[in-house]
Amino acid sequence: MTNRRSLLIGGLAAPLAGCAGRGASPAARVVVIGGGFAGASAAGTLRQLAPEVDVTLIEPNPVYTACPFSNLVIAGERRLDAQQFSYQNLKAAGINLVQQRATDVDPATRQVVLENRQVIAYDKLIMAPGIDFQWTIPGLSAGNADRMPHAWRAGAQTVLLRDQLRGMRPGGTFVMSIPEAPYRCPPGPYERASLIAHYLKQHNPKAKVLLLDGKDQFSKMSLFRAAWTTLYGDMVEWQGAADGARVVEVDAGNRTLHTDFESVSADVASVIPPQRAAAIAERAGVADASGWCPIEPRTFASMLQDNVHVIGDAAIANAMPKSAFAANAQAKLCALQVVKALNSETPVTSKLINTCYSLAAPDYGISVAGVYAPGDRAWLDVEGAGGVSPLDADIAVRRAEAGYAEDWFTTITREVFG
Amino acid sequence: MAGARISVPSRARSGEVISIKTLFSHPMETGYRRDALGLAIPRDIVSEFVCSYDGRAVFRAELNPGIAANPYFAFSVRADRSGTLEFRWTDQDGNVTVETRELAVEP
Ligand SMILES: Cc1cc2nc3c(=O)[nH]c(=O)nc-3n(C[C@H](O)[C@H](O)[C@H](O)COP(=O)(O)OP(=O)(O)OC[C@H]3O[C@@H](n4cnc5c(N)ncnc54)[C@H](O)[C@@H]3O)c2cc1C
Repeated sequence: MTNRRSLLIGGLAAPLAGCAGRGASPAARVVVIGGGFAGASAAGTLRQLAPEVDVTLIEPNPVYTACPFSNLVIAGERRLDAQQFSYQNLKAAGINLVQQRATDVDPATRQVVLENRQVIAYDKLIMAPGIDFQWTIPGLSAGNADRMPHAWRAGAQTVLLRDQLRGMRPGGTFVMSIPEAPYRCPPGPYERASLIAHYLKQHNPKAKVLLLDGKDQFSKMSLFRAAWTTLYGDMVEWQGAADGARVVEVDAGNRTLHTDFESVSADVASVIPPQRAAAIAERAGVADASGWCPIEPRTFASMLQDNVHVIGDAAIANAMPKSAFAANAQAKLCALQVVKALNSETPVTSKLINTCYSLAAPDYGISVAGVYAPGDRAWLDVEGAGGVSPLDADIAVRRAEAGYAEDWFTTITREVFG
Repeated sequence: MAGARISVPSRARSGEVISIKTLFSHPMETGYRRDALGLAIPRDIVSEFVCSYDGRAVFRAELNPGIAANPYFAFSVRADRSGTLEFRWTDQDGNVTVETRELAVEP
């Protein structure tokens, strides 16, 4: 906490001074692509730090649907509209809201092209477009994904997966395919498995939850596995890479998942595809061969294009996980660095923190926290800082952490969307 | 841990090239890593994998430190006679794991 607070205090005071004397010079133009946790936070922070800067936020959706807590929607414990936030408060704060999709970026002329062909010029561009899916698992495509909903961008698929689970035959098997890292929200699949088990335990107690994983280890692994045994007996079964469980092909029509060694037929399936930075990142030339966007750690400046910064899930932040918490923290630091750059000031060096809460049941929370420092080439984990919930905590601790999770969601969404 | 996993067809036509996949659950500890207390973690690797077809080696691999955990091999064999496929993993201490599969070949 200390690090973040000192950043904000240091940040709020300093950058304004340089702008005061600008007088008649035209306002600097900062354009943000993507109104998720990263982009909306960046736009709001810019507005606060530098009222004289012209801030434009480009986002095609009128309403943002947040992923954190969306696993509760799948479990029937929360309504989708509790996940939805409008951009009206950002607009009221003086941000130019452009409800369009960016289709192209030309870093040479510093212009963004929109779907309606309008062109927006910038001095600095912050890209926060999140993820797109890689349809590399044979048999799975954007066209048939509704048969095995990933629900990894909250919205229609979240509700679809909930409804498919509600309709599952008694004693049926729910199968989830989990990709190799990096992907959005490392503990998310295991939280989903837990909350689905919570739902099934009440409504379909003979059902099974089978996880086919491309990895051997996962975030909060021992905490999740202990919670599964305590809460759900043998309902949840996890198979990892050592079991040969990586899904190599699917048949969406009859909901069959193939590993190298087995074919599993599911009654309901959720296949989370591998991911990469959203397509606009590649158009802008800020994504590398990995599909993600390399950045200069301290400032989030693109390694590949001048005057472009990349934050949130799309960026390669190394040790920092792809989380809403991290996206928000990166956005605040990046906004500060952009204002500094506009004022020809040297960037600050700041650590960032992340906490990922997960629910193993609606009233059973576990967490992992980390502190990260910008190295020359990568965001590094500060060893010895942070940590995970204790393995042997009693139920009161788990209940308290579930409460913290909810408080975190309320706080961050209020901070970002007003 | 599932030990050895093997994917191989049980029957094939004579002359057909069949594909075989194997995975062996093993940490493949290099011997170069240290634990949280700074002590060296001893080397523990599978050092050899051999697939024999009707008594004759058709695929053989030597494994060294640095090869990833859970060694996975995918290779092809021409099916020309019915017989036993034997899969043999040997670790650095000489411990052997053997699995067999019968392959029926129709003319
Ligand atoms: C099931 C699940 C549970 C999760 N739980 C948690 C949690 O408990 N805690 C946590 O911290 N994180 C959690 N996450 C992760 C979190 O949702 C993401 O890390 C976070 O949303 C990243 O923010 P972002 O702004 O980078 O991307 P996004 O939130 O995806 O926002 C990107 C925005 O960019 C827009 N966009 C894309 N392309 C364009 C374009 N061409 N032009 C204009 N706009 C564009 C999109 O419409 C979108 O609004 C969870 C994720 C999932 C899937």
